[in-house]
Amino acid sequence: MTWTLVLALAAGAFASKAVGFFLLAGRPLPAVVDRCLALIPAAVVAALVVKDTFSSGQHLEIDPRALGVGVAVVAVWRRAPFVLVVVLAATVTAVARQAGWR
Amino acid sequence: MTDPAHARPSAGPSAARPPHPWRDPALRPVVAASVTLGAAVGVFAISFGVGSVSAGASVLQTCVMSLLVFTGASQLSAVSVIGAGGTTASALGGALVLAARNGVYALTMGRRIEGRLPTRLVAAQLTIDESTAMSVAQDDPIAQRAAFWITGLSVYVFWNTGTLIGALLGTAIDPVTFGLDAAFPAAYVAMVWPQLRSPRGRWAALIGSVLCLALVPVLPVGVPILCAALAVLVGIPPDHSATQGITP
Repeated sequence: MTWTLVLALAAGAFASKAVGFFLLAGRPLPAVVDRCLALIPAAVVAALVVKDTFSSGQHLEIDPRALGVGVAVVAVWRRAPFVLVVVLAATVTAVARQAGWR
Repeated sequence: MTDPAHARPSAGPSAARPPHPWRDPALRPVVAASVTLGAAVGVFAISFGVGSVSAGASVLQTCVMSLLVFTGASQLSAVSVIGAGGTTASALGGALVLAARNGVYALTMGRRIEGRLPTRLVAAQLTIDESTAMSVAQDDPIAQRAAFWITGLSVYVFWNTGTLIGALLGTAIDPVTFGLDAAFPAAYVAMVWPQLRSPRGRWAALIGSVLCLALVPVLPVGVPILCAALAVLVGIPPDHSATQGITP
């Protein structure tokens, strides 16, 4: 591990955040661009859900996470508080692994 | 740091709100949620600290990485490439691709976070999966900003504390044993839920998910999430129903 890597990664990671942050800030945009930007969270957060549930690196797989997240979906649908949703998902996943499902 | 959530009083519906939005009882669930997420992040940070030191980084390098880079997936990927004998260039390339998704989040957050330049630079550094997702799950602009700052700062504190503990102790707690790898997608389910109220939100979520899963096996790690953002193109046709779930 070199300091070059640490500092170049820090600079690059901050640059991608800052470019996005200041690129469109404070300027009026055409309505169509606004409509599309407003959908970024829906598209990307939903993609984070399926990526973190069904993939490891470049592999797709169904493992105990799917059960835990399935329970989380039911909990959210039943309007459970956030903390309960997360604790339920982790507990169900951990128990499924203890039971031997890898 | 000054309290950034009310650095600039804003006009409109928010002007009638109390002057200390962070103490708004309505934000208590956000605080509880951000501490929960922070704690889960902290356990991953411990395993990052352990992994980084065992991949040959010093304790100082490990902590500086968490303080400055502050995007966990990129840091883990850089450390694992170096640990596997990869070059600095290959470690950097993969990690920067992973970091690029924060730029997509920042497109959204940059239009919502107000304040002077230093405040906004700090906000840019805190623009990550958790803070963005927690913010967009809120309904009004004040709550969106407060949720962003509370979650970003909570994750920052836990991520860096956990990194230091892991780097010093060198004994890993395996987050997988406690099911913590399922904590994040579960949290994102709760956060994306309000986005699904509008038909377009549902379409964007569906197409983004399908795109991401379809591309995971064929594209480098980190790129599928970027491609998922293409699903926002469902927003192009004019909206006649005016039932969009979020305020830009």
